[in-house]
Amino acid sequence: MSALSVGVGRRRWPLPFSPWHLVLAPLALAFAAPLIWLFLTSFMSNAQINRFPPTIIPDSFHTTGYDYVLSNALFPRWFLNSVIVAAAAVVSNLVLCSLAAYAFARMRFRGSNVVFGLMLATLVIPFQLTMIPTFLIMKELGLIDSLGALIVPGLVSAFGIFLLRQFFVSLPRELEEAARIDGCSRLTVLVKIVLPLARPALTTLAVLTFLTVWNDLTWPLIAISSDENYTLQLGLTTFQGQHRTEWAAVMAGDVLTTLPVLIAFLLAQRTFIQSLTSSAVKG
Amino acid sequence: MAAAAPVARRAAAAAAPAPSWRRRVFGEHPSAWLFILPSTILILGFAFVPMAWAFLLSLQRSDLVTPAEWVGLGNYKALFSDPTFGDAVEHTLIYTALFVPLSVAGGLAIALMLNRRIRFIGIYRTLVFVPFIMSAAAQGVLFSFILDPQYGLANAALDGVGIARQGFLQDPGQALYVLVGIGLWGGVGFCVIVFLAALQDIPRELLEAAAIDGARRWATLRKIILPSLKPVLTFLFVWQTFQALQLFDLVYATSRGGPLGATTVVVYYVYEQAFQFFHAGYGSAAAYVLALAIFAIGGGQQLARVIKRRRAEKAVAA
Repeated sequence: MSALSVGVGRRRWPLPFSPWHLVLAPLALAFAAPLIWLFLTSFMSNAQINRFPPTIIPDSFHTTGYDYVLSNALFPRWFLNSVIVAAAAVVSNLVLCSLAAYAFARMRFRGSNVVFGLMLATLVIPFQLTMIPTFLIMKELGLIDSLGALIVPGLVSAFGIFLLRQFFVSLPRELEEAARIDGCSRLTVLVKIVLPLARPALTTLAVLTFLTVWNDLTWPLIAISSDENYTLQLGLTTFQGQHRTEWAAVMAGDVLTTLPVLIAFLLAQRTFIQSLTSSAVKG
Repeated sequence: MAAAAPVARRAAAAAAPAPSWRRRVFGEHPSAWLFILPSTILILGFAFVPMAWAFLLSLQRSDLVTPAEWVGLGNYKALFSDPTFGDAVEHTLIYTALFVPLSVAGGLAIALMLNRRIRFIGIYRTLVFVPFIMSAAAQGVLFSFILDPQYGLANAALDGVGIARQGFLQDPGQALYVLVGIGLWGGVGFCVIVFLAALQDIPRELLEAAAIDGARRWATLRKIILPSLKPVLTFLFVWQTFQALQLFDLVYATSRGGPLGATTVVVYYVYEQAFQFFHAGYGSAAAYVLALAIFAIGGGQQLARVIKRRRAEKAVAA
C-alpha cells in the first residue's frame, strides 16, 4: 500500500470507485492504444485503411492481410528461422550456463575468480564495439549469411551464468553433499538435484534469452544477406519497405512478429517481471 | 553434455585418491574446468578478441578487401573533424538528454500512481508494461504506419481537432523528437516495473510510522520514499543512458537515419560506415569513441560507489 493513498478513503468521494481510476484508466489506454490500433488494422482491408477519415471500428473483418503475408513464400520461412534461432539459443544457454554456473557456485578451482571476473567484465562491452570483428570472425568460419552466424555468438551469455550462479549459491548444500557421499558424480548432482530445484531461475533465463534473441534486429541485419535466411524482425522491416501501401499485410506481419513474445509474456508474467526487476532492485 | 559426463567422472576419480599434481596445478576440483570451458571460450572469445581486433582495425584504413594500411590515430583525428560524425554525436546526445530523464521521471510518477491496491490495478500495470516487450523493429513499423503523414491515424486525429497536419518522421525538424516519443512509449514500462518492485520493498512500518506522526503525503514522498529509491534511481539513470547511447533498431525500422540525416545517431553512423560504405577501420574508430563514453559512465558510477562506501565507513569509524 502506498503512503500516497493514505487519506483518500477518509475524504468524501461521491463515486463508488477510487478517483485514481480517472487518471489510471486513460493512462493505461494511452499505452494500449497503438497496440489496439495495430490489432484492428491487421483485420481491415486496404480500402478500409486508406479511407479518410480512417475507420476506427471496422464494419467488417477481413483476413486479406494475413492471407497475403502467409501465402508469401518467405514470411513463414522467416518465422521458422526465428523459431530455430531462438530455440537454439534457449536450449544452449540453459545447458551451458547451468554447467558453468554450477562450477562457479560449488567447485573450488584455480582461476575461478579470474575467469568469473572477466566474464562479468564482458557485460559492459557494448555490442556495437564488437559487431564489426564478430562479422569478420563469422565470415572466417564460413557462417556468414546462414542461421549459424545468428546462433553461434549467442550460445551462452555471461548474464545467464551470473543469474544461475546467484541462484545455485542460495540453495542448501546438504542434499548435494548426501548425493556426493552416495557416489554421484558432480554432473549427476547437477542434473538430478540442483536443476530441478532451480526451475524458477531456469525459467527466467529461458524467457529473457527468448525475448532478447527473438527481438534482435541489429545482428541479423549485419550477418544475413539472403532473404530466405532473414529472421522475422529483419523480414518485417524489409517487407514494410517493399510494401509501402499494403498496410493491412504489414500490420498482419507486425502482429505475427509480436504475438510469440506477447504470449510468452502473458504466460510467464510473474516470472518475467521478477526476473527483470530482481537484479535491478537488489543488485 | 553427454560426452562430458564420462570424462568428468574419470577426471574426478583420477583426482580423488591423493593430492596429485593435477590437483596442485588446477585446484581442488580440476574437473570444474570441463564445466566452464565451452562457456569461457565462447564468452571471452566473442568479447575480448573482437574488442582487441576492433582497436587494431581502428588504427587502419581498411575496406576488408584490399590490404589494410596503418594510419595510427588518423581515423580518430578524421572523426573529430567529420561534420557528419559531429551531427551523429549531437543527435545521440539530444536523444539521450531527453529520453533518460523523461523515462526515469515518468516511470517514477507512473509507478507511484500504480502503487496502490485498487480494482483493475493488475490490468493497468500490464498495459503500461506491454510495449516494452515489443521489439524495436515491430514498434518502428507500427509507428511508421500511425505517423504516416498521408494515411496515418495521428494526422487524421489532428485534422479532427483542427490542428495542421505534421510530417512526423518525415520532417527533419521533428523526426528525432518523434523517436524520443516512440522510445518513451516502449521504454517507460521498464522503469515503472523496477520502481514498483523497489516501492514494494519499502518497509510498511516506516510508512505507517510516518502516517502516525502526521506526515503529509508530500513529506512522506520526499523524506522516506525518494531516499529509499536512490539506488534504483541511479541504476535506472545509468541503464537508460546505455540504452539511449546504443539506439539503433528503432532508427533502422523507422527513419533509416533520415530525413536528411536528421536521425543519424552514432550507432547508425557506425553501421553505415562499416557495412554500407565498407570503411571498417573508420567505423571501428567511431565505435570505440562510443564505447569509451560507455566505459567512462560505467567506471564513473563504480568509482562514485566506492568513494561513497569509504565515506560511510569513515563516518562509522569516527
